[in-house]
Amino acid sequence: MSNWVRVAPLEEIPKLGARVVRSKDIDIGVFRLEDDRIYAVNNSCPHKGGPLSEGIVYGDKIACPLHSWKISLVDGKADEPDEGETACFNTKIEDGIVYLELKE
Amino acid sequence: MKLVVIGNGMAGMRTVEELLKIAPDIYDITVFGDEPYPNYNRIMLSPVLANEQTIDDIILNTREWYAENNITLYTSARVNKIDRKNRVVYTEDGVSAEYDRLLIATGSKPFMPPVPGNEFEGVLGYRDIKDTNDMIEAAKVYQHAVVIGGGLLGLEAANGLKIQGMDVTVIHKNEWLLERQLDKAAGGMLQKNLEAKGLNFLLNKNTEQLVGDDKGRVKSVRFSDGQEIPADLVVWAVGIRPNYALAESAGIYCNKGIVVNDTMQTYDPRVYSVGECVAHRGISYGLVAPLFEMAKVCATHLANFGIGQYKGSVTSTKLKVTGIDLFSAGDFMGGDDTEEIVLHDAVGGIYKKLIIKNDKIVGSVLYGDTTDGSWYFQMLRDGKAIHEIRDHLMFGQDSLGNSGHQGQDKAAAMTNEMEVCGCNGVCKGTIVKAIQDKGLFTIDDVKKQTKAGSSCGSCVGLVEQILASTLGGGYAPPSTSKAVCGCTTKSHEEVRAEIRTHKYLNIPDAMQGMAWSTPNGCATCRPALNYYLLSTWPHEAKDDPQSRFINERVHANIQKDGTYSVIPRMYGGVTTPDQLRKIADVADKYAVPMVKVTGGQRIDLLGVKKDDLVDMWKDLDMPSGYAYGKSIRTVKTCVGSEFCRFGTQNSTQLGIDIEKAFDHMWAPHKVKFAVSGCPRNCAESGVKDVGIIGVDSGWEIYVGGNGGIKTEAAQFLCKVKTSDEVMEYSGAFIQIYREEARYLDRTVHWIERVGLEYVKQRILEDADGRKAAYERLIYALQGASDPWAERVKNREQHKEYETITV
Repeated sequence: MSNWVRVAPLEEIPKLGARVVRSKDIDIGVFRLEDDRIYAVNNSCPHKGGPLSEGIVYGDKIACPLHSWKISLVDGKADEPDEGETACFNTKIEDGIVYLELKE
Repeated sequence: MKLVVIGNGMAGMRTVEELLKIAPDIYDITVFGDEPYPNYNRIMLSPVLANEQTIDDIILNTREWYAENNITLYTSARVNKIDRKNRVVYTEDGVSAEYDRLLIATGSKPFMPPVPGNEFEGVLGYRDIKDTNDMIEAAKVYQHAVVIGGGLLGLEAANGLKIQGMDVTVIHKNEWLLERQLDKAAGGMLQKNLEAKGLNFLLNKNTEQLVGDDKGRVKSVRFSDGQEIPADLVVWAVGIRPNYALAESAGIYCNKGIVVNDTMQTYDPRVYSVGECVAHRGISYGLVAPLFEMAKVCATHLANFGIGQYKGSVTSTKLKVTGIDLFSAGDFMGGDDTEEIVLHDAVGGIYKKLIIKNDKIVGSVLYGDTTDGSWYFQMLRDGKAIHEIRDHLMFGQDSLGNSGHQGQDKAAAMTNEMEVCGCNGVCKGTIVKAIQDKGLFTIDDVKKQTKAGSSCGSCVGLVEQILASTLGGGYAPPSTSKAVCGCTTKSHEEVRAEIRTHKYLNIPDAMQGMAWSTPNGCATCRPALNYYLLSTWPHEAKDDPQSRFINERVHANIQKDGTYSVIPRMYGGVTTPDQLRKIADVADKYAVPMVKVTGGQRIDLLGVKKDDLVDMWKDLDMPSGYAYGKSIRTVKTCVGSEFCRFGTQNSTQLGIDIEKAFDHMWAPHKVKFAVSGCPRNCAESGVKDVGIIGVDSGWEIYVGGNGGIKTEAAQFLCKVKTSDEVMEYSGAFIQIYREEARYLDRTVHWIERVGLEYVKQRILEDADGRKAAYERLIYALQGASDPWAERVKNREQHKEYETITV
């Protein structure tokens, strides 16, 4: 069953920035790229759990604010040679509103 | 397009690797190698001969690597014809491959002088795995080995054969060993050490003939003076010759090597060449470091970027014989127009010689203690002026009052279990293993693979030494003027200059104007660009919060659990009962887990949730303490003449005045001040970016101190009479640092690069320049407002502080 939730209007997420969505179990970082693509990942770096939403967004990657691991927002994987992965979530934009699909 | 590479050695494959990094998809790549192995680390053949490593250890690219990168690899395949008209290469076995671009990396061949007897069995050169295996096999059956040539390769071969159990004699036609790397004194010391290892030497000898037995195997070597010595194995190591016969036969212009221009292109524009086979500006290199530089340049042109230029290399060498430390670089013999500094301890087995010309190191020979080899070499390559440190130069980097970790040569003495990188918990053994297993050649590679040196950076010097000692001649230290990051080839200085010339006022314009290779940079270049724009064009350039590190975006310091610390301004470290009550109330209200006094005399509220930050600032109603930024941090003060019975000056008031005047100032890195009221220096002015010490007749100003990663005492800049002068001199100093240092340079790093003389000249000798710099600082800071108050006031515009709950 799909479980889409409303996040915010697109303009309330800064370009090359992020917002944090707090769900029951985890925080999810919702990121806006320069071309307005939106990606969402578990807001926890696979290295030491740093809040990815607070990092610097570039290309389609996020640099973790704690120790600068680079995580792909597209597949959640850490840049080599680091190894690790954080969960990804589906997103969509409808009528200028960003939605996020929570997992069951 | 199709790329064909002739030569499966280090230079050719390094070029392919560099090419795959920047343009993975533009070529179908085919590689021909005449050896039966995939690419291996040729410089490690000597350790293989000396039983220190195995063939498997030195393979750099496995066959799986070629498959993964869709490279067609032909081994044991010798190309014998290039048809340039139809753009096809052919091997001896009839295999052919078409090309759009061709890369020739055929390396070199051992030079075999035309001496009668070279055709006998047991006579060989020393170049590849086969030669190495032949020597190991010969050592099992035969007794007498003769190595002709007392150069690096010959000595390594001799050492290996001795370890394999043979009686080894080295023949050399010169007066001393390694005459191309060592002067006579060091050569003599080396010979003594090697004799102690059991090697024999015959110097000043010319080989006239190799004599064979009736089975066609060599049995002795005869010299021009008539002497003859027994030899079951003869290894020629008298030099190498570029292997350019194939290129020449295809009509490509050669002159003692394949002639290439600065882009590694031959006279046929479709054909490139790299490695030992080329003659670049008339020079052929036989060491690995220049090959890698060529590879990098060549790859950018193959990738159609067309940006790199190879301008030749200065090389350094090391002898890979365990237990012998030897280093040489540049012009080590010197001449009439050079000066020498020499340290010679014959009993201790140490010899060091530096050749200096026009205040710069141009050459060096080190024997017995090569600790500072890479340091000298770095200065040589960078052309650094040495007059400031000349009196300490010979005693090494350690003698420069550097009590941090950088530059201590502990590398050799360390055991594998000892920790090198304290931040990431990396031991020496892990680094050595990564260098050997993964074929690493640069500091950046080691940082990436092992994490050593990638956090605070204080162990980079040590990592560099481990790299240098593991690689021997393969190591070339990076030059200090390097690109900002992988998004551009421009250096920090070039970026700054272009921002000024073209008046870029925002990051997208700057990136477009300077042809950035990525759409919006990376986490390294964006914060640097943002700072350069703001510092070059104050009040005009547009600040980009998304290009600032999180701390500067939210004006608080992120902690390991994602909470923040809040430190309000207390000018000069002076507070009041009212402020303290307010802080206490706020700490209670927001259940702050820890309240701590900082090293900079402020009060730190730790463990604050991001959602509480703005409310807290509102309740505190105090300005931001900037304890999170690349900015003015604190001005630490002592009690001073108001209360202290020793105080000679009112240091507290001056500290408050400075902190107020320079408040809100962004900088390349954090900036710490201190003001002490007397030479007892209770505010610790000696380890601050600007340290001020009151004396009876005025104030002394010290600059470039650092109490952190690299403890460094501040250096005396000048003495002034009044507190107004302190403002002007220290403000001008900070402004020039703000305008000229690289982003993330502390003042100490900046001064280290430009020299204190330069700083003095700008601040002390140029009074107008000083005043102008101070005025530029005051102008830049005009109208700056407190960021906390701004956030409280414009709360609605900063939605990103709020968590969305679903």
